[in-house]
Amino acid sequence: MNRFEYVRPASVQEAVTAASQPGSVYLAAGTNLLDLMKLGAARPERVIDITRLPGLGEIDWRPDGSVRIGAMVRNSDLAYDERFARTFPVVAEALLSGASAQLRNAATVGGNLMQQTRCAYFQDVASACNRRAPGSGCDAREGENRLHAVLGWSESCIATHPSDFCVPLVALDAVTEVAGPNGMRDVAIDALHALPGETPERETALQPGELITALKLPSDAAAFADHARYLKVRERTSFAFAVVSAAAALRIDGGKIQSARLALGGVAAKPWRARDAEAVLENAPPTQEAFAKAAELALSEARPSGKNAFKIELARRLIVRALSLSTEGTPEAMPALPASPFATVPSANHAR
Amino acid sequence: MSFSISLTINGEKRAIALDDPRVTLLDLLRERLHLTGAKKGCDRGQCGACTVLVDGRRINSCLTLAASLDGADITTVEGLANGDDLHPVQAAFIAHDGLQCGYCTPGQIMSAVGLIAEGHAGDDPERVRELMSGNICRCGAYKGITEAVLDAQKTLKDGKRRDAA
Repeated sequence: MNRFEYVRPASVQEAVTAASQPGSVYLAAGTNLLDLMKLGAARPERVIDITRLPGLGEIDWRPDGSVRIGAMVRNSDLAYDERFARTFPVVAEALLSGASAQLRNAATVGGNLMQQTRCAYFQDVASACNRRAPGSGCDAREGENRLHAVLGWSESCIATHPSDFCVPLVALDAVTEVAGPNGMRDVAIDALHALPGETPERETALQPGELITALKLPSDAAAFADHARYLKVRERTSFAFAVVSAAAALRIDGGKIQSARLALGGVAAKPWRARDAEAVLENAPPTQEAFAKAAELALSEARPSGKNAFKIELARRLIVRALSLSTEGTPEAMPALPASPFATVPSANHAR
Repeated sequence: MSFSISLTINGEKRAIALDDPRVTLLDLLRERLHLTGAKKGCDRGQCGACTVLVDGRRINSCLTLAASLDGADITTVEGLANGDDLHPVQAAFIAHDGLQCGYCTPGQIMSAVGLIAEGHAGDDPERVRELMSGNICRCGAYKGITEAVLDAQKTLKDGKRRDAA
């Protein structure tokens, strides 16, 4: 790990001022940043510790049913918050399918949104990576790339965004509240993470010094609580990033889908909202035919970036499964293996 | 750059001088305070051998800067037993053969203590396995570990009921 200056600001304003200097990074729990610093993939000159900042640790419900979650709320505290899990079950399921219990106890809401790709070439300083070292090339392009992007990638970068949490958040139109040198502004999750294009090093829409202070879920996102699932295919039963994941949320009335939300994880450099698929589901009956059509549309622009064509068909099938299970209804209790596409009944057991 | 932090470690409040902000909680415990129960397996938060409790919550001490924990209450495996009386989780790991080489065991035990305090597993072995997935055991003692966690949880619950009576 390189040497750095450790700064512990007393207020959001002080933090923003300190982090506006070049070479600065914010430190929350550090579960991703410290790992990258040990690897040498991150070499900040100044680390701004925001873990003590006042006012960032609350879950505030508004009278209209919307919620504002402080950026320092820990992943496990949010997932196990009774009202939150009941109101936004698909978000709680995504949170509990991510990482391990220890990491969820530490990792923060803001840190999860700002985590970086797990592309091995990004993490390995001996490899070419345009995201880490602009202009150096992309060793993933001809490398071990079966887990890389199938949507929204470019010749510069084929990395994926690893978050589970962000997938239902983008589906439910969540918004971040950001403090910066020029005051506060809102950035929608859909606009927060950037597709690589020619500038993969520009990972988010945030400007230097800007700090996510809260995450907001709108009141209409609660309307999907009865029919919402997050499903995640991974290479082992637990504690693994998504190969492909899907968040599906439906409002069903009178035998018809009144409105639909659908997003994919593990397929692109950002959580991928499938708006065309949502449109075709609206006013349709919740049938396998409708789900298959939605799945086709969601992946219509997908193309392999390497040895990963299988992810396209996998994503289609996962969408159909997520929509089918959402139609059956949100489980009364959190499944023992959250987001498992194999456990269709609460008593299913495949970890033996 | 040097500064001082205050930590309560296994019940004892200590002032700790840090000459470098890069020190992780794991390195502080092992290299400077000579509490070598927590192990450095992967040093990347992937194996769980470094698990300790911070303010009662299990975390990976390898991925935490000591400097950021100023004022925190830390419990390591050294702080569990009461003299020669083992903590119920420690006793259960022995009774159920929840180990072989023992390297991951302090982390497994601290993780189990955290899991039981969190209270989300009930008596479901599937949930125990899921909530212990942050602790890798290369020897593959998982069967005994799961049994030990469930048994210790029952012992602790029964004990609480007795204390209340």
